[in-house]
Amino acid sequence: MPSGSDRSGAGAVRAFGALLWRDVFVTGRELVAFLAQVILQPLFLLFVFGKVLGDLGYTQDNFAQVLLPGVIAFTAFLTALQNVAFPLVIDFSYTKEIEDRLMAPLPTSMVAVEKVVFATLRALIAAVLMFPLGYWVLGEVSITWAAVPAVAMFLVLGALVGAAVGLTLGTLVTASKINLVFAIVLTPLLFTGSTQFPWVSLDDLRWFQVICAVNPLTYVSEGMRAEMLPSLDHIPAWVSGLALLGYLVVFMAIGIKGFLRRAID
Amino acid sequence: MTRAFPATSATSVTATDGGPAVEVRDLVKRYPKRPVNAVDGISFTVGRGEIFGLLGPNGAGKTTTIGVLTTRVKATSGSANVGGVDVVAHPVAARARLAVVPQRVNLDRALTARQNLVFHAAYHGVPVAERNRRADAVLEQFGLADRAKDKVDFYSGGMGQRLLIARAMMHAPEVLFLDEPSTGLDPQARLFVWDRIREMRANGVTIVLTTHDMDEAATLADRVGIMDHGTLLALDTPDALTRSLPGSTTLDLTIAHAAGDSPAAIIGELSAVRGVEQVESVASDQSGGGGMPGGPPPAPAAPQSAPSELRVRLYLTSEAAALIAPVTELLLGRGARLTAISLGEPSLEDVFISLTGRDLR
Repeated sequence: MPSGSDRSGAGAVRAFGALLWRDVFVTGRELVAFLAQVILQPLFLLFVFGKVLGDLGYTQDNFAQVLLPGVIAFTAFLTALQNVAFPLVIDFSYTKEIEDRLMAPLPTSMVAVEKVVFATLRALIAAVLMFPLGYWVLGEVSITWAAVPAVAMFLVLGALVGAAVGLTLGTLVTASKINLVFAIVLTPLLFTGSTQFPWVSLDDLRWFQVICAVNPLTYVSEGMRAEMLPSLDHIPAWVSGLALLGYLVVFMAIGIKGFLRRAID
Repeated sequence: MTRAFPATSATSVTATDGGPAVEVRDLVKRYPKRPVNAVDGISFTVGRGEIFGLLGPNGAGKTTTIGVLTTRVKATSGSANVGGVDVVAHPVAARARLAVVPQRVNLDRALTARQNLVFHAAYHGVPVAERNRRADAVLEQFGLADRAKDKVDFYSGGMGQRLLIARAMMHAPEVLFLDEPSTGLDPQARLFVWDRIREMRANGVTIVLTTHDMDEAATLADRVGIMDHGTLLALDTPDALTRSLPGSTTLDLTIAHAAGDSPAAIIGELSAVRGVEQVESVASDQSGGGGMPGGPPPAPAAPQSAPSELRVRLYLTSEAAALIAPVTELLLGRGARLTAISLGEPSLEDVFISLTGRDLR
């Protein structure tokens, strides 16, 4: 860009900040609704599978601690995914509210990136809340202080990949098909993401293990377990990390392409 | 040039002030899998501070043209500049200089009216104090001050439309694009919006609007481009466009003449008056109306129908009013007099229909 590229760059950064601030501002006013939306499902999952089944003697003693990292991973991944996909589908199909943001002086792809960043922030809040809630429901949380940075990294990566998958879905799916697509995509995603079981233990169920290996959520769950329960057999953390980076690149590329296609005729 | 608000620093990119506000050259937009071009090689310029109307039936390519100019539609070929910025090469810089009021209300429903304005200005880098000041000013200007804190969900269609225009003004654009600004508005709101549009023009903002409302184009626009099938069929001031419609300015006369005078002779003499293209005598029961809103002109009747009264229609090449004096003089010279006179000026609608046809879209 000629002469004014610096100014225009600064303007784009300011616009990006303003878009993010708008989303934070709106969420701040709907905090209770937001928390109910993101906390209830993982909380019940944890309570029934970790606490109730354990107390009734249907699961082994350490299952609750196997489940907890998976539930936190699932919270980060799916909160991010839904927080990008649902608003996008509605915005592009019905309300067109996004148009004012598309007319802001910043590259159109940055509007998509803002959606991903904001959804990641929301997902991280939800995921972090699962630690005290897990302690409250289960009575203990298996984690060492030394593991915190790596756990944080997996949560950020997991939320980013979830948001990128959400961007892909949100721009590919039309409003009339959203219910169908989410039923077809979300349920398998939830149950093939190694959240309720360690992936390595699936050796005897080879076909299912292969399917789970395709699901990016598996690498979030396994990465979390590698850090929180290192004694349990798990996919090496670096493999999970690389897999997530790969998924992030692929889904961001597809998602941004889809976003540009919807935003510009 | 004075502006409603001073330009923000973010708007001053690749400035070539002094040139036209909008410049479109050989613009083509072809959507994939469509047999014809949505926009098929149009060119026009809009001067700074002008109100320019794009008129055309549904599907003529107006909204697509606006889409290209506002960076939301990618041109297939050709060039488009807004405020001296090439919208294809530098969409981000162009967006700082233009604003859009879309056909459909797309306000942020999670926010109040005032927050809609303030956040819009924030996206455009307007500093905090300034955006608050502007928000209060435009809320007042658009008659929304008492509803500023309402969620826009509770706004009526007309209020939403006003808020859309108010929002567009928040970052002090050089060029404002309005896509069918008065569709769905009641007459009061329509007049109100027209007044605000004129006010913005007075403040130096260039206005480009699309419409299929003839009244709106004729009363609001300095110049009008008539589009159909992706091409620009005519472009001029509304006056010049109506004047250009061949033979459509008419002068209907009812003449009481001497019993011995021959109608044919009177018609012959009237035909020779400068500015008269053709003279027809008109049957008595068809002599009422002026103009020809798309319909065929009345059939000539036998001149002898009324012995001492003659009704004629003059098809003119110049303004009707200017011919009254010479015609009156001529008739007086023959001992005849005018008993009724009616001027028929064509409307923009006549021009529109004559250019775009009567087929339904």
